[in-house]
Amino acid sequence: MSDVAAQTPRDTRSAGRFLYVAGVVFLVAWVLVPLYFLLINTLSSPDAVNSFPKSFIPEFDMGSLQFFAGFEGMLGALWNSAVVAAITMVISITISAPAGYALSRFHFPGKYLFRLLILLTRAFPLPLLALPLAVMFIRTGLDDTVFGLALVHTTLAIPFAVLITYSLFSGIPMELEEAAWTLGCTRVTAFTKVILPLILPGIAASAIFAFVISWNEVFAAAVLTIENRTLTAFLLQNLDTSPLHLKFAGGFILVVPALIFIFAVRKYLFAMWGIANR
Amino acid sequence: MNARYLPYVMILPVTLFLCVFFIYPFVLVAQQAFSVDGSWSLANFQEVVGYWKFPISMKNTLLLALAVVPVQVILALTMATMVTKMKTGRDIVLYIWTIPLGISDLAAGIIWLAIFEQSGFLNSMMHGLGMVDRPVNFLTYQNPGIVFLAIALAEIWRATAIMLVILVAGMGLIPKEYYEAAEVFGASPWKRFLRITLPMLRPSLQTALILRVILAFEIFAVVQALGGTLFPVLMGSVYEYQFDLLNSGAAAAIALIILVISIGFTLLILRALRVPKGATI
Repeated sequence: MSDVAAQTPRDTRSAGRFLYVAGVVFLVAWVLVPLYFLLINTLSSPDAVNSFPKSFIPEFDMGSLQFFAGFEGMLGALWNSAVVAAITMVISITISAPAGYALSRFHFPGKYLFRLLILLTRAFPLPLLALPLAVMFIRTGLDDTVFGLALVHTTLAIPFAVLITYSLFSGIPMELEEAAWTLGCTRVTAFTKVILPLILPGIAASAIFAFVISWNEVFAAAVLTIENRTLTAFLLQNLDTSPLHLKFAGGFILVVPALIFIFAVRKYLFAMWGIANR
Repeated sequence: MNARYLPYVMILPVTLFLCVFFIYPFVLVAQQAFSVDGSWSLANFQEVVGYWKFPISMKNTLLLALAVVPVQVILALTMATMVTKMKTGRDIVLYIWTIPLGISDLAAGIIWLAIFEQSGFLNSMMHGLGMVDRPVNFLTYQNPGIVFLAIALAEIWRATAIMLVILVAGMGLIPKEYYEAAEVFGASPWKRFLRITLPMLRPSLQTALILRVILAFEIFAVVQALGGTLFPVLMGSVYEYQFDLLNSGAAAAIALIILVISIGFTLLILRALRVPKGATI
């Protein structure tokens, strides 16, 4: 193989193979290395974070994380983020799953229009709608509440939740449900006894997806909350003034749930998008 | 319950929700943008367009989208092709490549700040290699090119995953027979990619591009984390008008401009990548 001058097809194939593996390794590193850098900064003392040159191995010091936890208002913001995301998750799945079921099982006049509404929602810079909602919320007393923000985040999550549940329900053959009916199930019991157990992991995955959408959202959160800031809004507001180690620890805390969630939903990620595309 | 009404009952909650929190605010934002003190006026638009920062933020936003989205398409296509050929380790590689999907834009900005800041890892690496004696401050007015590069890299790093997922899902839907037939007739891998994968992938590419382009115009937190005020973008001006200048009419006007650009590009992509009738899989 070292003889480049006499290249046989076998050589070019193994060269191609090498290029392919190198490409995969490079792209894996491209994703992981920046995350590793964040990890180093998070697990270093504030002094180490601000010093130069940096060590490329974490010193496993909890100083930055302790500073993060002790920073005025930070834990409250973390809690708000979790609550907003949880409410978003519950509302969006509760109202979207029936719609996804209806889309997959029925043909009805207006179906096209409804799909268009959902797709339109996805093709829209939704966080911008937080501006008029801020005014509306002041009138209704929902301003600066986690519930108000969760409602906006639900709008963000709905198109995904509807299309994902639609694709999940479409994956379960209609015959299964019909068989249950002939065996004495009603529409409701056929759903709870046959469809629901099959669909539950998928529903959980799309619920997690809704959670992540809300957890990560920055703009609407920053516009709609003032006292009850979420973690993203709190970090954004303090970007100019906060020290580096606070930013990195905050960024790390933002990333951790994402890592776990993507791991939990990885099996569904592609199935979810397969039909949701159409 | 009458089965004829059942589907309507099931879509009712979502429809009502979207009417209240999507269509109604949309009308409100338009109303806010086009009125001053309760009467119809274009003053908000005149104000925001006339502001010295507006052309810069418009240019920055468009340039960034123009630089980032094509790279992401190529990168996502490459990754998706690599994955479909993979025999061992496919699951773990896919998991790693989709991690950024769950990472917020703010966190991505902070991650790349760890690399580009003055005591950051890029400086440490360059110092280790003897390229610099003292840390360089990359993210300043003197280095607009590096600020742009840092923001673009963070965006490419973070948001390629969503395209990858859509494209991998789309590639899974292409029947294997097409490739087998092409191989029988002696088509090279490159030819197969050009003549089968790309055309068959059009609906997925359409979805991926629309999502990405719209998100590209919404870019905000990455820029705030890396460039701050060094690199004004449209979404940043909305935030500024709303909070620092307390001018919600002007904020609404820029919001509407972003909406119009987004819709314009969505229509453009729909038209450019339209799937001929009857040509779906």
